[in-house]
Amino acid sequence: MLLAIVMLPLVIGTLFSLWIGHRSRVLSALLAGSVTLICIAGFLSYTPQIMLGESIIHTQSWVPQLGLDIVLRLDGLSWMFALLITVIGSLIVLYAAYYLAPEDSVPKFYSLMMLFMAAMLGVVLSDNVLLLVVFWELTSLSSFLLVGYWGHLPEARAGARQALAVTGGGGLAMLGGMVLLGQIAGTYNISEMVVLRETVQASPMFVPAMLLILLGALTKSAQFPFHFWLPDAMAAPTPVSAYLHSATMVKAGVFLLMRMYPIFAGHVWFEGIVTTAGLVTLCFAAFVALFKHDLKGLLAYSTVSHLGLMTFLIGLGSPLAPVAAVFHVLNHASFKAPLFMVAGIVDHETHSRDMRRLGGLYRFMPITALLALIASAGMAGVPGTNGFLSKEMYFTEAVGHFATHLWLSWFIPLLITLAGAFSVAYSIRLVHDTFFNGRLRLDTSIHPHEPPWGMKLPSLFLVVVCLLVGILPAWLAGPVVEVAASAMVGQPLPEFHLSLWHGFNLPLLMSVVALVLGGLIYAALIHQNKIHQWLSESWFGVIQGKTIFNVAINGLFEASGKLTQRLESGSLQSYVFWLMAAAAFAVGLVMWPSSLGTGSRPLIPANGVAGVLWVLLLLTCFTIVRLEAQRFITVILVGFVGLVTSMTFVALSAPDLALTQLSVEVVSTVLMLMGLALLPAVSPVETSLAKRLQHGMLATIVGAGVGWLSWLAMTREHQSISWYFLENALSVGGGSNVVNVILVDFRGYDTFGEITVLGIAGLGVFALMQGMRARRGSADAHGRLLTFEQPPLLLRVVAALVLPFALVFSVYIFMRGHNMPGGGFIAGLITAVALVLQFMALGQEKSMWLMKAAGGQLFVRWLGMGLGIAGLTGVGAFFFSKPFLTSAFGHPVVPVLGELPLASAALFDLGVYGTVVGATLLTVSVLAQVSQRSPQQNSPDVLAQEGQA
Amino acid sequence: MISIEFLLATGIAVVTATGLYLMLQSRTFAVVLGLSLLGYAVNVFLFSMGGHVSNAQPILGQGPLLTDPLPQALVLTAIVIGFATTGFLIELALRNRHESGSDHVDSLTDAEPTAPEERA
Repeated sequence: MLLAIVMLPLVIGTLFSLWIGHRSRVLSALLAGSVTLICIAGFLSYTPQIMLGESIIHTQSWVPQLGLDIVLRLDGLSWMFALLITVIGSLIVLYAAYYLAPEDSVPKFYSLMMLFMAAMLGVVLSDNVLLLVVFWELTSLSSFLLVGYWGHLPEARAGARQALAVTGGGGLAMLGGMVLLGQIAGTYNISEMVVLRETVQASPMFVPAMLLILLGALTKSAQFPFHFWLPDAMAAPTPVSAYLHSATMVKAGVFLLMRMYPIFAGHVWFEGIVTTAGLVTLCFAAFVALFKHDLKGLLAYSTVSHLGLMTFLIGLGSPLAPVAAVFHVLNHASFKAPLFMVAGIVDHETHSRDMRRLGGLYRFMPITALLALIASAGMAGVPGTNGFLSKEMYFTEAVGHFATHLWLSWFIPLLITLAGAFSVAYSIRLVHDTFFNGRLRLDTSIHPHEPPWGMKLPSLFLVVVCLLVGILPAWLAGPVVEVAASAMVGQPLPEFHLSLWHGFNLPLLMSVVALVLGGLIYAALIHQNKIHQWLSESWFGVIQGKTIFNVAINGLFEASGKLTQRLESGSLQSYVFWLMAAAAFAVGLVMWPSSLGTGSRPLIPANGVAGVLWVLLLLTCFTIVRLEAQRFITVILVGFVGLVTSMTFVALSAPDLALTQLSVEVVSTVLMLMGLALLPAVSPVETSLAKRLQHGMLATIVGAGVGWLSWLAMTREHQSISWYFLENALSVGGGSNVVNVILVDFRGYDTFGEITVLGIAGLGVFALMQGMRARRGSADAHGRLLTFEQPPLLLRVVAALVLPFALVFSVYIFMRGHNMPGGGFIAGLITAVALVLQFMALGQEKSMWLMKAAGGQLFVRWLGMGLGIAGLTGVGAFFFSKPFLTSAFGHPVVPVLGELPLASAALFDLGVYGTVVGATLLTVSVLAQVSQRSPQQNSPDVLAQEGQA
Repeated sequence: MISIEFLLATGIAVVTATGLYLMLQSRTFAVVLGLSLLGYAVNVFLFSMGGHVSNAQPILGQGPLLTDPLPQALVLTAIVIGFATTGFLIELALRNRHESGSDHVDSLTDAEPTAPEERA
C-alpha cells in the first residue's frame, strides 16, 4: 500500500496529467488534485497505528546486489512529512489552477508537480539510504525543471541551473556518504543502522561519511554558505516557490538531519557543524531579508533564516530541541506558504513584486491584506499564532543549552534575540510596505483588485490553521508533534506540554524585546522610505555565493576548454604520438618496478641462415627509415620484411602461417603499388629535425619495450591450454592439422566473426570509392611507363597457363586443409593471387569483362555467398539440436575416388574461402577502377578532382 | 651463443620501432606502410607467445614434438584481417587525397604542391 501511494503520483499523476492536459486544462488540475487527495486519504488511514507509535514497513527486493532495495517505512516523522507534502500539495494544485496564465502550459506544470510530489514522498518514506538518494536526486531534477518552467526567461534558466548544480552536487556527495555509511554498518537500512549506532560512530570512516551526508543536507536546505541558490530559484512560478522553496523541498535537508539524528546524535562534529551552520544562516539571512525589495526575495531569505533555525535546533541535541524543530517545520509551512501565495497574488494583480513600487494595496484587496497580516504575524512570532509557540520553545532550548557556558550563555541569547528582531522587522515590512505605506507607487494604468477565491482559499485554510494551532496547541498539534519527534529521536521523549502561557521567564522577555526592537528598527528604516534607496546586493561586493559560483563555473568551463584545445589539436599525427606515448607510459609504470628478468627456459641455438636473415632485416629497417621519402623503394623493402616474416614462420614450424603470409604479401604489395600510382612518389620533407628525433625516441622506446616483453615471454615456461586441442583435434574435429581444426571447428564462432570483419572491410572499401575517379599519369617522373601499351605477350601466356593450375592447386590446398597445411584462408588467397595476375596481364577492363564482374558487383556476391555458406553451416547444427556451428564428420566411400574424409567443417571452410576471394578481389578491382589513365601523356601525378567540381 | 629467441625479440623490437616511426610521419602513405610493418611485428610477437620448440611438427601424427597450435590459429586470422585493414587504409588515403587535395594525414593543403625533384 505504501508503495502504491508513492507510485500513484509517480506514474499515474505524472503521465496522465500530461496526457489529459493536452485536452483540457481543468481536467489536468482535477486529476492532479484527486491524486493528491487519494494520497492524503491513504496516509490518514494509517493514523491509528501511527498514534500508537508503530511504524509500517514495506520491503521489496530491487537490486539486492547493490544493497538497493525498496524499503519504505512510515513512522511518526515520515507520516507528518508525508501529510505536509500532500496537504500543501493539494492547496497548491488549487492555487495554480487560477495562477497559471492562459499561455502557460498546464499539463507541463501538473505533470512536473506530481513527479516532484512523488519524489518527495519517496525521500521521506525511504528506509533504504540508496533508495533515499534515488528519490533525493529526483527531487533535484524535478525542481530543476520546475524552476526552469518559464524556459524563455534567462534568469529562470540560470536559476534552475544553479539550483541543480548546488543541490545535485550536494546529492552526489551524499551518495558517497551513504555508501560509506552502508559499508561501515553492513546494512543500507536506516532502521538497522540505528541499532548499531555505537559501532558506526566508532569507525574511522564515520566522520568522512557524516561530512558528506551533511554536505547533501545543508546544500538542499540552503544553509550558509550554500544558501545563494534559493533566492535565485525565485525565478520559478510562485506556486512552485510556495511548494518547493518554502514548504517541502528545502525541508528535505532538515528531514534528512532528523532521519539520521539517531545515528549521528551525540557526535561532537555533528553538533558543532550543524549548530554553527544553522546559527550563522539564521542570523545572516534574517538580516539580509529585511533589505530585499522583491517580495519573493524577502521571503526567500526569510525561508533560509527559518531553515537555519530548524537546523540549529537539530544540532543542539538537548532533549526537547527535536520537539521544537518538528513543531517549527509544521508552523513554518503554515505561515510561509500563504505568504508566497500572497506574493503571487500581488504579482498577478499588479505585475510587480517590487515593494519600492507597491504600497497602499489594502484599498484594492483588503482580504488578501488580512491574510498576509496574519501569516506575517506567525512569521514574526506574535502571540496567538503558532509561530510564537515554536519561537518560545526555540528560545528556551537555546538559552537552556548554553546556560552554563562562560560567554555563550549571554552571547547566544543576545544573537538570537537580534535575529528575532530582524525577523519581526521584515515581517512588518512585508505587510506594511506592500499593503499600506501611502499610495500605490506604480503607474496609474494598473487597477488591482481581489483575486478569485480559488487563489485565496488555500491561504485562508493555512492561516486559519496558523491561528488555531496558536490558540489551542496541545489539542491540535500536540499528538502529531509528539509522535513525529519521538520517531525522530528513536526513543520516548521527556514530558512536555505545548501551551500559550509558560509564565514570566527569559524566553518571554526575549520575545517581547524582539517584537519591540523589530518594530523600532523598521520604523527607523521606513521613515521617508529610506530603506528604498539601499541596495543590499552591493554590500558584499564579490564575496557573494552567486558571484563565486559563477566565477567557479566559468573558470571550470574555460579550463576544460583550454585542456580540450590542447589535447584535441585536430592533428592525427600528434594523436598517434600521444596514444603511443600513453601506452608506453602505462606499460612502463607496471613493468619498471616489477624487475622481471630473463626466464629459465632453455634457449634454441640459432643457425647461420637465421643470423643472415636477421642482419638483412636490420639493414632493411635501417634503410626504410633512411629512405622513408622514396616511396617505391620503401614498398619493396616493406615487402622484404614480410618475406622475412614468412620465412620465420617456416623455420618455426608454422607452415599455415607461412603460406598465408606469403600470399597476403603478394596481394598487398600489388595494392600498395596501385595506390602509389595515384599518390606522389616522394614524400616532402616537412617535419622538423627536433620532431623527428622525438618520434625516433618514442619509436625506439616502444620497440625496445615490445622486444623486451617478447623476450620475457619466450624465455619462460607457461601453462598452455593447447593440450585440449591437440588431444581432441582428431577424435572430435576429425582433422590432424590442429590449426585448421581450431579455426573451422573449435573456435569456428571466432572465425565466423573474423570473416565478417573481412567482408565489412571489403564493403567499406567499395563504399569508400563510390563516385570517385582519379586520373593518374601514364608514366613516372623518369619517363617510365606505368602501364603497358600492349599487355606483353609473355605475361599473357604465362598468366593464361597459370590460372587453371592455380585454381586446381587452390582446390587441392583447400581439400587437404583439415589434415595438412592449407585450408580456406590460404586457398582463397591463392585463387585471389591468380586472378590478380590476370588483371595485370590482361588489364583491368578486359579481365573484368571476361569475369562479367559488373564493376565489382560479382565480388560482392561472392563475399555474400561465402558469409552465407559459413553462416548456414552453423545454423545447420540447429537441425540436429546442437549449438551454432557444431561440426560433424565422416569418411564416406565414393566410387572412383575412394574413401573421402568429409567434415561439415569443410563446408564452413568453403564459406571462408568465398569470403576471402570476394573481399580480396573487391579491394583490388575497386582500386583499379578508380585509377583511370590520364589522356595526357607524360604528365605524372595529375589528380582530376571531379568529385569536387 | 646466439639464440633464436634473441633474434626474434630484437627483430620484433626493430620492426616495431620502424613501423611506429613511419606511422608518426605526416603523409598517409607512410602510415599505411608503418601499419603494415607494425602488423608483422605484432603477428610474430603473438606467435612467439606460445614459446618455440626446435624441430617440432605442426601436424598430428608426424612426430613426438608438436608446436603450440593456438597462437598459430590466432595469428592466421590476424594476418588476413591485417591485410583487409591495409587495403582499406590505402583506399582511405586515396579518398582523403581526392577530397582534400593533399595526402597529409591532417588533410592540410600543401603550401608547395610537390617536392622539387618530382617536378623535374
